Amino acid sequence: MTEHVAPAPLGGRLLTKPTAGLLGILGLAFLLIVWRFATGLGNTTALNDGYPWGIWIAFDVVTGTALATGGYAMGILVYILNKGKYHPLVRPAVLTSALGYTMAGASLVVDTGRPWNFWKVPLFWGQWNVDSVLLEVAVCIMTYVAVLWIELMPAICEKVEKDVSLPWLRSLAAKVGKFLDKALVFILAFGVLLPTMHQSSLGSLMLVAGHKLDAIWLTPFLPLLFLISCIAMGYAIVVFESCLSASVFGRKGEEPMLRQLSRAMVPLVVIYLALRFGDLAVRGQLGRIFTTKLAPFFWLEIALFVAALVLILKAPPKVDLGRLMRMGLFLMLAGALYRFDTFLVAFNPGNGWSYFPAVPELLITLGFVAAEFLIYLAAVKRFPILGGSRA
Amino acid sequence: MDRRTLLKGLATAGAVAALPAGSRAEARVVHTPPEEMKGLLYDTTRCIGCKACVAACKRANELPAEDNGMPGGLHDAPLDLSGTTKTVIKLYKDKDESSFYKAQCLQCIDPACASACMLGAFQKREYGIVSWDGSKCVGCRYCQVACPFNIPKTEWHALNPKIVKCELCRHRFAEGKGPACAEVCPRGAVVFGKRDDLLQEAKARMAAEPTKYVPKIYGETDGGGTQCLVLSHVDFAKLGLPDIGDKPAPDLARTVQHGVYKGFIAPVALYAVLGSVIWRNRRKEEVAETQEERP
Repeated sequence: MTEHVAPAPLGGRLLTKPTAGLLGILGLAFLLIVWRFATGLGNTTALNDGYPWGIWIAFDVVTGTALATGGYAMGILVYILNKGKYHPLVRPAVLTSALGYTMAGASLVVDTGRPWNFWKVPLFWGQWNVDSVLLEVAVCIMTYVAVLWIELMPAICEKVEKDVSLPWLRSLAAKVGKFLDKALVFILAFGVLLPTMHQSSLGSLMLVAGHKLDAIWLTPFLPLLFLISCIAMGYAIVVFESCLSASVFGRKGEEPMLRQLSRAMVPLVVIYLALRFGDLAVRGQLGRIFTTKLAPFFWLEIALFVAALVLILKAPPKVDLGRLMRMGLFLMLAGALYRFDTFLVAFNPGNGWSYFPAVPELLITLGFVAAEFLIYLAAVKRFPILGGSRA
Repeated sequence: MDRRTLLKGLATAGAVAALPAGSRAEARVVHTPPEEMKGLLYDTTRCIGCKACVAACKRANELPAEDNGMPGGLHDAPLDLSGTTKTVIKLYKDKDESSFYKAQCLQCIDPACASACMLGAFQKREYGIVSWDGSKCVGCRYCQVACPFNIPKTEWHALNPKIVKCELCRHRFAEGKGPACAEVCPRGAVVFGKRDDLLQEAKARMAAEPTKYVPKIYGETDGGGTQCLVLSHVDFAKLGLPDIGDKPAPDLARTVQHGVYKGFIAPVALYAVLGSVIWRNRRKEEVAETQEERP
């Protein structure tokens, strides 16, 4: 059995050539966001009355949070299924989750037309419309962002206790750390419950689109398909991210654990595919996957899922990082494409409406991704996030 | 939000929480008694496409002109519904037949926009008119995704964009006036009235000249019924009125969502299970650790 090494900061310079580049992208995105608020959505985006939701919803929110389910997927594995050996992978996964969800929230502020009314959503309980799937998604995600940052607090407390010279702040950090340790059960349970709720509801969001969503994608099983695929994506991102940081920071020794972890995706992908085809058969829409113009998108989704599955099942015992990374990437792409198709490609309001993201929209999205990378890199260098064994 | 609204909100939340599980789901659905519903009857066979209704609508709702970027820009020529146009006359034309169509909100009896709206910015208010309240709107545009007829529009170029759609000129009711479009129609192609009366009128027109019309009143049952009704001499799909069945548009989403979240029992139960499993696992770990520490 491998020995767990307590998480420790990696150290190193914060400002490097890559981070300078990321900062540049972030700065550009910031200027574009200022422009968006100064001139309105119509002048800065390709959004229109036929396609009121664009990539900020389809990518930043729906796909972005699904790719940020690493914390959720690892929580299920470590705390519910009690696989303690994966514990070193939890903290970096929770960090990426916190960043992904926070960026999703930030892009919602940019996307909504009247974000200054947003604070009313969690506070005006009396006005809550329980029919609204979006309400459940919004409240649930806001709560979960808070839960994720609380889950990260121990790392912050450890850092403060070790490196801050103010005695009162150190003792406060120690107290908070102790309290969190006691309350952890309640927090961790929320950390699993909330994503189960909103990741499935993200699928339910498109049920109300009715005839505007292609029959291949419109099914009462949307919530279940979104839930199963997001958990698989959660493991995929953990594997991918671990391989990436292993190669970037020259860390070693996680391959056997990641190989085992990747096998957790097998039942999920198999159930997902069975459900997808079974549902089409029951609804009598199997013929559609050969006839409609959108069929290639469906088959590309399926091909990516199958490719990931084959890579996992045929993995040799001594697997290399490259193969693990490809496998994670295929699964992430599969889940991402499924979400893009459901929210944009298979959504057709008719009447000749069309949508392709405008350059400022794409650059703002890129800015949010850059921010995630920047904060992640700074966090693992300064805070005790990454553990395991070091080369 | 002032303190009173917050307190009212808290009180209502408490009251809602105290309700038995079944009634909570229904609490937000506002039902307008059928005899109170008002709407418009539009008859394609009478419409001559003069667009007097479009101009009257703009005047009554103080909506700016759309010049479509033509040089000079003097002429108001909206091509479709938009943030500045609540009704527009469209034309369908093929080899054999043609028809005008007056596009606007149909005032669904069970509206998808209202069912999608987080805080109920869209709600059915007096006479069952689907009305927008800007103080509760975050501009998320889920109403636009939800509407099967693509009716709600965003003011894309505004800095505090409103969601715009026909509300049957309800701001004129206090002056004793109805919708401006019906008021100016020279041919009786648009008539304002109670839904029950409009339905009777539509049936009478069809009975009088059965060969003139497609044998169906659009909105009688479509999408659970709409308060505005349409009579046509061409296929409704050609007018842009989709065949969406008789179930209310929000039905599927509501059935799935309330099926999962009925009384909020499932999430609470799941939380309890998750909490106890995590607690048990952590205890096991602690026991194992203390045993390891012993010599």
